[in-house]
Amino acid sequence: MYGVILVLCAVAAVLLLVHLVRDAPAEDGIYLVLGSAEVALLVQLVWGSVALADTSREVSGTLFVSYLVGVLLALPIGAFWSLAERNRAGTAVLLLAVLTVAALEVRLDAIWSGAGA
Amino acid sequence: MPEHDGRLDLSSGWGRALVFTYGVFAVAATGRSLVQLGTDADRAPLAYSLSLFAAVVYLVATTCLLIGGVTGWRVAGIAVCVELLGVLSVGALSYVATDLFPDKTVWSHFGQGYAFLPLVLPFAGLAWLRHTRVS
Repeated sequence: MYGVILVLCAVAAVLLLVHLVRDAPAEDGIYLVLGSAEVALLVQLVWGSVALADTSREVSGTLFVSYLVGVLLALPIGAFWSLAERNRAGTAVLLLAVLTVAALEVRLDAIWSGAGA
Repeated sequence: MPEHDGRLDLSSGWGRALVFTYGVFAVAATGRSLVQLGTDADRAPLAYSLSLFAAVVYLVATTCLLIGGVTGWRVAGIAVCVELLGVLSVGALSYVATDLFPDKTVWSHFGQGYAFLPLVLPFAGLAWLRHTRVS
């Protein structure tokens, strides 16, 4: 799941970067990729919660679940915030949102492996 | 100078991207400091208090950029300057006085854990405020 999300983030980031350089607003195709990433994040929330309940390893549960939920918020807020300005600035906001998700995913993986706050 | 309904607008154009970044850091710093202070506050009181302080500074900056106006511009300016001083002093202290920082904060090691963005962000903020200043 982790890999799928990172790949979707990478695809979205490259598309958004191209649009940013070309000074273009994000188009429907990009929102499709972002939507898929959001669905993947939802699946991750369920999957992650189940895995957390099953594991016998030492994982900081509250922290892990708050990251699982928190990472869901970045794309919708970013999309909402970018729609007010459908130009280069909006594209930049979407790119930042995608990078935020990628960064949170890396942290999430670290927390799963046992890192603390 | 971007204006909106005759009011100084700090959250459109590049400001829109800046507000989003500040918002992310406001949430990240608040979350981190709450977790740190909530789980074991005694381990590194100074570092954790600084985390909370950083969170407040990011929240103030985000809010002021969102609100805009001349007052918003001024308060945002103060917040960004405090942020710059904070990241520089905490960044330097965390290298020199390692015993004061047994655990990390947003600003320790110049924001290394956050891809050094905390070090870049105040400069971006100052540049944006300079760009939008009313003579």
